[in-house]
Amino acid sequence: MRLPRRSFLGLALAVTALASVTAAEAAIVNAAVAANFTQVATDLAARFKAATGNDVQLSFGATGGLYTQITQAAPFDVFFSADDKRTATAVKDGFGVAGTEFTYAVGKVVLYSPTLDVSKGDEALKANAFQHIAIADPKSAPYGAAAMAVLDKLGLTAAVTPKIVTGENITQTLQFVDSGSAELGFVALSQVMGKPATQIWLPPQEDYPAIRQNAVLLKHGESNEVARAFLDFVKSDAAVAVIKAAGYAVE
Amino acid sequence: MPSWADIASPVTLTLALAAATTLVLLLVGTPIAWWLARTRTAWREPIAALVAMPLVLPPTVIGFYLLLALGPNGPGGALASLWGARTLAFSFLGLLIGSLFYSLPFMVQPLRVAFEGLDQDTLDAAATLGAGRVQTFLRVVLGASASGLVTGLILTFAHTVGEFGVVLMIGGNIPGATKVLSISIYDFVERGEWAGAHWLSAGMVVFAFVVVTATMLLDRRFGRLTG
Repeated sequence: MRLPRRSFLGLALAVTALASVTAAEAAIVNAAVAANFTQVATDLAARFKAATGNDVQLSFGATGGLYTQITQAAPFDVFFSADDKRTATAVKDGFGVAGTEFTYAVGKVVLYSPTLDVSKGDEALKANAFQHIAIADPKSAPYGAAAMAVLDKLGLTAAVTPKIVTGENITQTLQFVDSGSAELGFVALSQVMGKPATQIWLPPQEDYPAIRQNAVLLKHGESNEVARAFLDFVKSDAAVAVIKAAGYAVE
Repeated sequence: MPSWADIASPVTLTLALAAATTLVLLLVGTPIAWWLARTRTAWREPIAALVAMPLVLPPTVIGFYLLLALGPNGPGGALASLWGARTLAFSFLGLLIGSLFYSLPFMVQPLRVAFEGLDQDTLDAAATLGAGRVQTFLRVVLGASASGLVTGLILTFAHTVGEFGVVLMIGGNIPGATKVLSISIYDFVERGEWAGAHWLSAGMVVFAFVVVTATMLLDRRFGRLTG
């Protein structure tokens, strides 16, 4: 039987309406998550789903880009920034809910190379026997700023700067190194957990400004109880263990 | 306010990349388009599809494969080792190679359409009058295909100017070498420096409007002349 076109339209509208009703009832949390936290956030969301039955929809991106989207009314309930600057700005500018900001992880920057022995990273850097070193954009990515601080502390900024290739974020920075185009790079420890010790150098944490990664509840999610529950879950002992195991410190 | 250098360097670099890409593609794309328009082999459409694929593929796909191909484990790295470099990524040459792939269909498609529309009698007449193949091509074919040629040139140039994903994947954001306009805009937004983003973005909007208008006007003009 051929249905008239109009009934198809009606059916489509009904399905759409139905879908939006179920979506509202299941209370999905939309989370904007800094790229470097991708794997942990995915893991935490799965655990949260197992514990509560609620879904967390994760959107990954560079912190700056995500924040720009939030200022333009992106429908995010919670924001996991890669720094403590953007969350503070969010609260100040009225996009975040005051009093909900907290540090969910403290990042550790590492020098990483799949080909060079960087276990004594300062020596490898001083030897300067490489053509490209990948660093995340220091102006927008805290890990990039940390990398520059480490180089500064070693007095190598001038020597190394001509060899720097800049990743837009920490994920792309790792990609430059893993593809072999840059011999080494400063990335997040969380990205290279499980790599052999010779491929990794952890600079002293006092050599660079602490990479505090803060989360905040956004105005869009202020009345979403599940969003608050998810933030509380991230503070729980179980979640903290996952975060620590992934290569972050927790304050 | 962004500094003048923050604006000028990406603009000149982008124009240089677009000009180089257009020039190389004119030389490479024209014979490809001619072959596609004239050949009778069964391979014609599969090869045409290969040429047109960048229209459909996400730039990230092209960029990802290019990053590997240009790197130390790919052909690009082998080439780069000739002058002691490890990789063609992070260099102007690398961007040029990427742009050639990325913009290829924009040169080949309009040319192919123009070549296919040529009148066989005219070409035969030129041959009868004693013109050699090269002479026929330069004097008759290119003249009669001027509309397609100009459209191809403009679209290739404009499309390269608008390139983002490929450059993002293989560029490494080096000022003066690989930091093109679109990347600069992304950076400005990423850093919260909206003034710079506004300047460059508004410039791109004007540029795009001028290019599209010019293409349409040319199309009508040539359409009247030849059609």
